[in-house]
Amino acid sequence: MSKEDNNILDEITQSEYKYGFVTDIETETAPKGLTEDTIRFISAKKKEPEFMLEFRLKAFRHWQKMMEPNWAHLNYPKIDYQDIIYYAAPKQKKELESLDQVDPELLDTFNKLGISLDEQKRLSGVAVDAVVDSVSVKTTFQDTLSKHGIIFCAFSEAVQNHPELVRKYMGTVVPYTDNYFAALNSAVFSDGSFCYIPKGVRCPLELSTYFRINAANTGQFERTLIVAEDSSYVSYMEGCTAPMRDENQLHAAIVEIVALDNAEVKYSTVQNWYPGDKNGVGGIYNFVTKRGICKGANSKISWTQVETGSAITWKYPGCILMGDNSVGEFYSVAVTNNRQQADTGSKMIHIGKNSKSTIISKGISAGKSQNSYRGLVKVTRRAENARNFSQCDSLLLGDRCGAHTFPYIESDNKSSVIEHEATTSKISDDQLFYCNQRGIETESAIGLIVNGYAKEVLNQLPMEFAVEAQKLLQITLEGSVG
Amino acid sequence: MLLNIKDLHVSIDGKEIIKGLNLGVNYGEVHAIMGPNGTGKSTLAAAIAGKEGYEITQGEIIYNGKDIMEFAAEDRAREGIFLSFQYPVEIPGVSMTNFMRTAVNEHRAYHNLGPIPAAEFLKKMEEKKKLVEIHSKLTSRSVNEGFSGGEKKKNEIFQMAILEPKLSILDETDSGLDIDALRTVANGVNMLKTEENAFVIITHYQRLLEHVVPDFVHVLYDGRIVKSGGKGLAFELEEKGYDWIKKEFEEA
Amino acid sequence: MKISEKQIELQQKLVNLYKDYQLDVFAGDRACIVDQRMQSIEFFEKKGFPTINEEKWRGTNLTEALSKNYQHIAHPNHAGKDLEKLFQCDVHDFDTDILSLLNGYVVNGGAALRTLDNGTIIGSMSEAMKHMPELVDKYYGKSDKIQEQSLSALNTALAQDGIFIYVPDNVELRKAIQLVSIINHDDNLFVQIRNLIVLGKNSKLQLLQCDDTTNHKSSFNNSVTEIFVDEGANLDHYKLQNINNDSSLVNAIYIKQEANSNVSTNAITLNGGLLRNNVFVKLNGEGAHADVLGVYLMDRKQHVDNQIFIDHAVPNCTSNELFKGILDEEASGVFNGYILVRKDAQQTNAFQNNNNILLTDTASIDTKPFLEIYADDVKCSHGATIGQLDEEAMFYLRSRGITEDNARMLLMYAFAADVINHISIDPLRNRIDDMVKKRLRGELSICDTCVLHCSNPEQEVEFNIDLSKI
Repeated sequence: MSKEDNNILDEITQSEYKYGFVTDIETETAPKGLTEDTIRFISAKKKEPEFMLEFRLKAFRHWQKMMEPNWAHLNYPKIDYQDIIYYAAPKQKKELESLDQVDPELLDTFNKLGISLDEQKRLSGVAVDAVVDSVSVKTTFQDTLSKHGIIFCAFSEAVQNHPELVRKYMGTVVPYTDNYFAALNSAVFSDGSFCYIPKGVRCPLELSTYFRINAANTGQFERTLIVAEDSSYVSYMEGCTAPMRDENQLHAAIVEIVALDNAEVKYSTVQNWYPGDKNGVGGIYNFVTKRGICKGANSKISWTQVETGSAITWKYPGCILMGDNSVGEFYSVAVTNNRQQADTGSKMIHIGKNSKSTIISKGISAGKSQNSYRGLVKVTRRAENARNFSQCDSLLLGDRCGAHTFPYIESDNKSSVIEHEATTSKISDDQLFYCNQRGIETESAIGLIVNGYAKEVLNQLPMEFAVEAQKLLQITLEGSVG
Repeated sequence: MLLNIKDLHVSIDGKEIIKGLNLGVNYGEVHAIMGPNGTGKSTLAAAIAGKEGYEITQGEIIYNGKDIMEFAAEDRAREGIFLSFQYPVEIPGVSMTNFMRTAVNEHRAYHNLGPIPAAEFLKKMEEKKKLVEIHSKLTSRSVNEGFSGGEKKKNEIFQMAILEPKLSILDETDSGLDIDALRTVANGVNMLKTEENAFVIITHYQRLLEHVVPDFVHVLYDGRIVKSGGKGLAFELEEKGYDWIKKEFEEA
Repeated sequence: MKISEKQIELQQKLVNLYKDYQLDVFAGDRACIVDQRMQSIEFFEKKGFPTINEEKWRGTNLTEALSKNYQHIAHPNHAGKDLEKLFQCDVHDFDTDILSLLNGYVVNGGAALRTLDNGTIIGSMSEAMKHMPELVDKYYGKSDKIQEQSLSALNTALAQDGIFIYVPDNVELRKAIQLVSIINHDDNLFVQIRNLIVLGKNSKLQLLQCDDTTNHKSSFNNSVTEIFVDEGANLDHYKLQNINNDSSLVNAIYIKQEANSNVSTNAITLNGGLLRNNVFVKLNGEGAHADVLGVYLMDRKQHVDNQIFIDHAVPNCTSNELFKGILDEEASGVFNGYILVRKDAQQTNAFQNNNNILLTDTASIDTKPFLEIYADDVKCSHGATIGQLDEEAMFYLRSRGITEDNARMLLMYAFAADVINHISIDPLRNRIDDMVKKRLRGELSICDTCVLHCSNPEQEVEFNIDLSKI
């Protein structure tokens, strides 16, 4: 790449994070640090039934025996788990009955983020659960949904109102023993979304959770559980942002999805946590365990993610394909810039006969960032005729970043077919000149080519999200354009 | 005069390829530049279009009254210079429609015009597609990706039709074309030809020139134009080959 | 995973062995060897044998292989024995200089180190340590990464012999050198073979490395080969691995290539209980090219593991990896290709491919084609497939009247042929081709010994050696 192009890359790698403001609201917090008392405090705050407290304590005791994983291609200072606030909630005087009672500051925050909590003002059919720090502040369209028997509410509400469902499914996909961060989340999670689609129901709205970290020195530990009964369908979207702060903030979430016979769940994420500044100061440490189980025959779970934020990303959304003929999909665009580091990919575990999985991963590295794909495809002995296709491409913008690919492929079944392909490339000078010759300047040309490169994945997003994601890609990489 | 090249010297990696070339092109004219392989034809095209790495060590290129040598490639394009590439590059995932729309809007912005309305743009696409007999499916595909050789060249002419340049440089546009594609390309050029624009056709053979009749034919050899003439020169070259030119040049 | 007591016992035994040898066996060592042995045994004692808790050993469990009672031979004594005479090379038109190792020690009938007409020096590593001090000081134990591997450290600490080859600048060897290592002992044997191969500028060498066992005793061959390839030199390297089902071979090869050198290393794994190839290639000069290829055909409970690390340290180098495997019955396989493209190693082209066929549901394969890239102007790709024989092709062949078994054989052979066709020595390729066919037909028994010199596959080779003297 020529010198001039490098200058342009320098320019565009210095774009600003647009969601970095802080909302000035009163926050109620737990004292710093993590002991059994902290957990009892959280559980009491949420007025939880006994089984929840027990679950949390078991997880905590297990976590204390675990070691933080260090196998990822990530480099960050040791996290002091006693220096984090594990519970922070916007102060609220009484139960919400209408929108008027949501703190106007908070409403304003969501308006600034482009998320309207006012049902009248929503243009298209999207129901939103808005989560600030540790608690859900508002879930829209609950009435419409309940007509179909769909439950869509804050996780803590579900614990109160549907304890039998929570008890039946929580921890069945991601047990607290799964990994270090899952154990931590299971001990201290504060809120999140719960979603239940009854048998035969096709959810008429896009469901969406918007996560916002606001308070300082806090960790965010939300937990989402989606259960899709036989022959149901739901499309679910998740968005996240955080203020710009000089210190790193920890985000360790869990998402569990259960799909029963013939059910289909589509889960889309646009992850835009604060990535830190261009020198790598501040930013979110994002350690997330997302997993779905295709429990029933012919069930399908599809993950789509656009990852542009976070200083550190550690996440491997996956599917356990237990049902015969079940399908798992993973589509990902991960962009890293400046000093961001991402180690992300997918896990597909084939157990059911004729189960199928697809992994399409597009990594884009710029600045001094490190971007790794890490994925596991495992075909167990009884998964006859299992099929997997994986494609993991990396695009490098500039010569100071890294792009790495670590696929793990394991097969114990002779009738399985597994294919993995990967390429690493940069935008060629010929492509840039071709665009220039047609009158398109280099900066736009890079945006055009990057979006083209990520198209396969962007196409998987719901319309609402696709536009946002495309813009986000340009903002992350291009600064002025967009 | 639309294009006036005076005593042009161009080097690549320190090696001189164009060694003192003069060429004048007026509005409404078609010039053919012929010559054996490796004499600097494509270098000339790339140097006019402003490709990086093509260092102009001496001489000047005056286009439409402006010295464009300091212009970036995209600004030259916006000034109305169009290069039909010998080997058009593939850009995966970028649809032709999106690509052309971006290009048209950037041209318009350069001339202080607002973006083209969607309907108008689509209408224009349809019109031009017919002109170059391009498959309507082709425009929904990614730029040049998986196009056959002929499709790629037609696509170049299609883009030329959309962007309406003043000066079009066709670099070996006829190479690798079957007779039908060649005719389509030639028809496209003939239809786009007006008194307000000009064409420079770079070619090794006179095949294309049977369909697009040039006003002038120049022979490029060893980085210089060594012979110029009317369209008859092309036929003479076809008959006699380039050896006699080489001989003449070496004797002189 | 629990480490067996026997394994710990073996580890301790080997460490104690070092202490015993220090006083007599190693007494004559050069200073640089003494230091290396000492550091290495410390490292090995600290790290121990690799376990499956280590990322690089996740798929290969040494516990069983290390739980046998192994002897370690300290004092070889086969004066007057010339193994070469025992072998009848049955590859037609293929004339080689043979260097033989029996149980880890060179058998040369007195000519332990010889100089060929063109100045090439070949022979015993232990002799080279005594007579080639400059070369040994310069190269021995100097490979990148060799310090980080506990098995290689164990080898450095205890190895006494192996093969030494030095090809001077501008010498192109017309005859290939064949390195035959036979293990045949009345007890289970733990062997440390240490080879050093140095290619001068613009030199050329074809090297054939055969690892065989010729009886059914267990053995653990911990072999280390260091290869230094200077500017413009050319190495063609073939490894043929055919050991018994109770034996293990860990074959570590460290290759360092300077500018414009060309290396092709090809591992043909035909039989063995546990086989592991660790290949480290460092492309250290611009214009260097490495081909790292392999084919593995395993059945029963055999295990094969190919770990290939290619380090693109400088710009303008190219590498190409291709490994193909067929796994039958309860065989298991591991492939881990790792391409590292360092910062500033621009204009790198690196390709990696691993294709596998599983013939039964009890066979398994783990494949990990990794890329780690810090330069942007590169072309890198990797691919991995796991699958079966093409049903349509099977049907096509059968519809032409070919029996199912034969059709399967043909397709398996075609699958492996991709790698075999890369063998540039015609007679060798023909012979290996033949071996692979035999292997696929199930006709290749362990008694076939080294693929190149046994003409009597049905019987154990009779070595006319008095093993009690060894």
